[in-house]
Amino acid sequence: MESQAEGRAAAGGLATRWVELVVALVIVGGGALVIKDSMRIGTDWGPDGPEGGYFPFLTGWSLALSGLWLTGHTLWNWRRMAGQVFASWSALRPVLAMLLPTIAFVVLIKLIGIYVASAIFIGAFMMWQGKYKLLPALAVAIAIPAAVFLLFELWFLVPLPKGPVERLFGY
Amino acid sequence: MIRSIARRTLALAVAAAATAYLPAAGAAWEPTKPVEFIVPAGTGGGADQMARFIQGMVAKHNLMKQPMVVVNKSGGAGAEGFLEVKGTKDPHKIIITLSNLFTTPLATGVPFNWKDLTPVAMLALDEFVLWVNSESPYKTTQDYVAALKAGESGKFKMAGTGSKQEDQIITVALEKAVGKKLTYVPFKGGGDVAVQLVGKHVDSTVNNPIEAIAHWRSGALRPLCVFDAKPMPYPAKVTADKSWQDVPTCRSQGLDVEYLMLRGIFMPAGATPDQVAFYVDLMNKVRALPEWKKYTEDAAFNTTFMTGKEYADWVGKAETRHRELMQEAGFLAK
Amino acid sequence: MEDVANLMQGFAVALTWQNLLFMLVGILLGVLIGVLPGLGGANGVAILLPLTFTMSPTSAIIMLSCIYWGALFGGAITSILFNIPGEPWSVATTFDGYPMAQQGRAGEAMTAAFTSSFIGAFFAVVVITFLAPLVARFALKFGPPEYFAVQFLTFCSFIGMSREPPVKTIAAMMIGFALAAVGLDTVTGQLRMTFGHTELLQGFDFLIAVIGLFGIGEILLTMEEGLAFKGVKGKIDPRIVLQTWAKLPKYWLTSLRGCLIGCWMGITPGGATPASFMSYGMARRFSKEKEKFGSGHVEGVVAPETAAHAAGTSALLPMLTLGIPGSPTAAVLLGGLLIWGLQPGPLLFVEKKEFVWGLIASMYLGNIVGLIIVLTTVPWWAAILRIPFSIIAPVIVVICAIGAYTVHNSFFDVAMMLVFGVVGYVFKKLKYPLAPLVLALVLGDMAETAFRQSMLLSKGSIEIFWSNGLVGTIMTLAVVLLYWPLMSKVVEGWRGGMQPFRRNKGAGAPPPAQ
Repeated sequence: MESQAEGRAAAGGLATRWVELVVALVIVGGGALVIKDSMRIGTDWGPDGPEGGYFPFLTGWSLALSGLWLTGHTLWNWRRMAGQVFASWSALRPVLAMLLPTIAFVVLIKLIGIYVASAIFIGAFMMWQGKYKLLPALAVAIAIPAAVFLLFELWFLVPLPKGPVERLFGY
Repeated sequence: MIRSIARRTLALAVAAAATAYLPAAGAAWEPTKPVEFIVPAGTGGGADQMARFIQGMVAKHNLMKQPMVVVNKSGGAGAEGFLEVKGTKDPHKIIITLSNLFTTPLATGVPFNWKDLTPVAMLALDEFVLWVNSESPYKTTQDYVAALKAGESGKFKMAGTGSKQEDQIITVALEKAVGKKLTYVPFKGGGDVAVQLVGKHVDSTVNNPIEAIAHWRSGALRPLCVFDAKPMPYPAKVTADKSWQDVPTCRSQGLDVEYLMLRGIFMPAGATPDQVAFYVDLMNKVRALPEWKKYTEDAAFNTTFMTGKEYADWVGKAETRHRELMQEAGFLAK
Repeated sequence: MEDVANLMQGFAVALTWQNLLFMLVGILLGVLIGVLPGLGGANGVAILLPLTFTMSPTSAIIMLSCIYWGALFGGAITSILFNIPGEPWSVATTFDGYPMAQQGRAGEAMTAAFTSSFIGAFFAVVVITFLAPLVARFALKFGPPEYFAVQFLTFCSFIGMSREPPVKTIAAMMIGFALAAVGLDTVTGQLRMTFGHTELLQGFDFLIAVIGLFGIGEILLTMEEGLAFKGVKGKIDPRIVLQTWAKLPKYWLTSLRGCLIGCWMGITPGGATPASFMSYGMARRFSKEKEKFGSGHVEGVVAPETAAHAAGTSALLPMLTLGIPGSPTAAVLLGGLLIWGLQPGPLLFVEKKEFVWGLIASMYLGNIVGLIIVLTTVPWWAAILRIPFSIIAPVIVVICAIGAYTVHNSFFDVAMMLVFGVVGYVFKKLKYPLAPLVLALVLGDMAETAFRQSMLLSKGSIEIFWSNGLVGTIMTLAVVLLYWPLMSKVVEGWRGGMQPFRRNKGAGAPPPAQ
């Protein structure tokens, strides 16, 4: 593992220090948001114990302070972390190859329902990443949503998001 | 191999879909797909039990061609469920309500109102009973009230379900009637509340009959009075010598507080009279079953049934009353 | 001895061929429900409840409770194979179960999980059989301060054991607490951190976070390392069951501890999920092989599974005797009892003897049947890992999406799952620990509510947490556990005082984190 990571560092990639910095800043931002909201509902220790915002207020501050500490830590070690790579460009490509279709899949669920979206997602991913031919890809792409349909929609009566195709069949 | 299975599964799915899409002959309107019965509360509570009971009866007696599916949407004290129905025109969604139809928008400011929905039918009204532990010295409502008046404010602890909801509204009304404060401790479910009283962690509760009946029968709890205008009409003995009918009204015991909780059905706005009529008819069929009779008896419901304008008027009045009660208690969202 | 006679009578009730058939159907359905993150035990029971109205109450509850056992068994399967907890109480099983699968030891991990589940459940059933009235009274002693104490104890038993940088551990935990606070505050009825968005009303469900952080995050990590599970093509040998069994007696103490924690948490009712975390935490703390935890250690599978199943089973006791459900599934079962006209409560044991003892007998039988069924399926489950990643990855994503959607029937949750997936990937790479985040998310809301309820009762005085022997003992135990690492160091330092260089014997290894 270790030697692999070093090998990648040589090839260049997304610098760890930038990712660390962004994550730390997001944590600070999140903490600020929590603090702001808890002030709205009251952060005191009233006569009947803590108010609604008491614990979130503490949580928010701990979050913001740990985020600040991590920001400072990253900046302090900025030069020392120069060589560290979060993930090399070549390693990030397959990650995006998974992430982007998944994002597209989630958007598709919203537009055309989960069944058709799953069929497209599974089929396309198999053909694109697995280099499968059309027929096997099609078989899996239809079998899985069909099984899910039987199991959830018909047997367990759990309604899942549906689109125009299902409406055509009266669902 | 995989392909043949896939084909068979698909064929099965298509066949199932086709049989489900039989056109309704004769009837004015009928569901053409499964009906979602939304419960704006968690699993196991009173509303959930009633919805699942109706679902079971519909399935058992074949009252509807399409299946009925119970869906819990309890987020934000039920706001999630109400917003779902508010945001749709689909007549295949109906919702069962509890008092949070009024209390949630008033207390949290989440934008919805019963006027965003179409009232279908009132199924029953749930009673509230004042309970104490049977080892406590309070044998009657008068004992309890006298002890409240004699003690200092906040000494008595009342457990209830949720915050700024029905149980706390009753508690505030009780405080006003007696002139002393109680310490109200909110819990998540009615069952937990009853057990807290059995374990003597609190002094009293205002549990619904069904939530506490088991502990009354086992001798752990004692009902003092019911927050209704007249006693519950169930003469069957619950314990060796007492029935629900024997529990006096709080008013008759000098504690002038009355509260009932709506268990009714609503559907999305813009529903046609035909669609409403279908569900009213369905509920009438459920109400005619012997199982329903036993169920309402066990839960000691007030079985007032209303539909149409009468129901809408009742809901309108109940909303005004909740607004007044919550305003007095200072529960309105700022 | 009257109990034994009753139990025998119960066996006679349960052992009709019809009831055995219902048991079988129930277990199989339950395993299916447990495997799919979209279907929880509560779903399964709720959905099948209407179908059971035509059966006798005894048969119906036997089938429904078998679904429940099946789901408890099944939850471990996806945790081990894909790092996706099928049920909330299987999260702790992923910590060691998934690394085992990655090393090609999926069969061993599953055998250990199923066997431990069985032992936990069996122990709980014995407790229910002989101690029911006694135990029910114990549960009544639990008010808000006691609940808080138990949650605090869970937390303390788990904390301070991560190897990641301490500030990152704190940050991760605080993220969990912040997420847990989103939604409606039970005590005041105020909305917190919803910022006017109706999607946020329901808060962040633990299951969505876990599916995203663990499931989707793991898929992204796997993609980065190339399109294959590393070395999972382990041989599928039915003998693996016997080989694993030979190893398990070594961990009897962990098992026993898991059983006790599980029963206690199930009865009080703290729930199966905190029980599994607490048991894992304790096992790790007191194990002789601490350093192996988290890298595929069988003990790390035994501990949470024993506790989860013991808790899940004993949760039925407060339901039957007090009418308080120990879990969401038990809540739905409770609804079923009421619909069948059975009144849960102390009198149920007197008035409906046949029903109660039939149910208890079916717990024995159901678990034995369940164990046999799931053990025979081990090779089949392990075979799933042979399916090429380019097929299984999108299928897992689809199943995760369904799982996230069904929690609240909300599309927003599917989108959140994706966000959690990316967070899980980034956090894993930056060494932010995920376990404290998840634990804080599970316990945060419950613990805060219990704490504030206690404060209402005591008028803001902390002393309530030491106001009686029970709560005081639990709190003290929690504080001891919290400082245990420190204390064990002091003890070690004191003992090793004569050899100042002793602690450096592991030279070259990274310094231990606080």
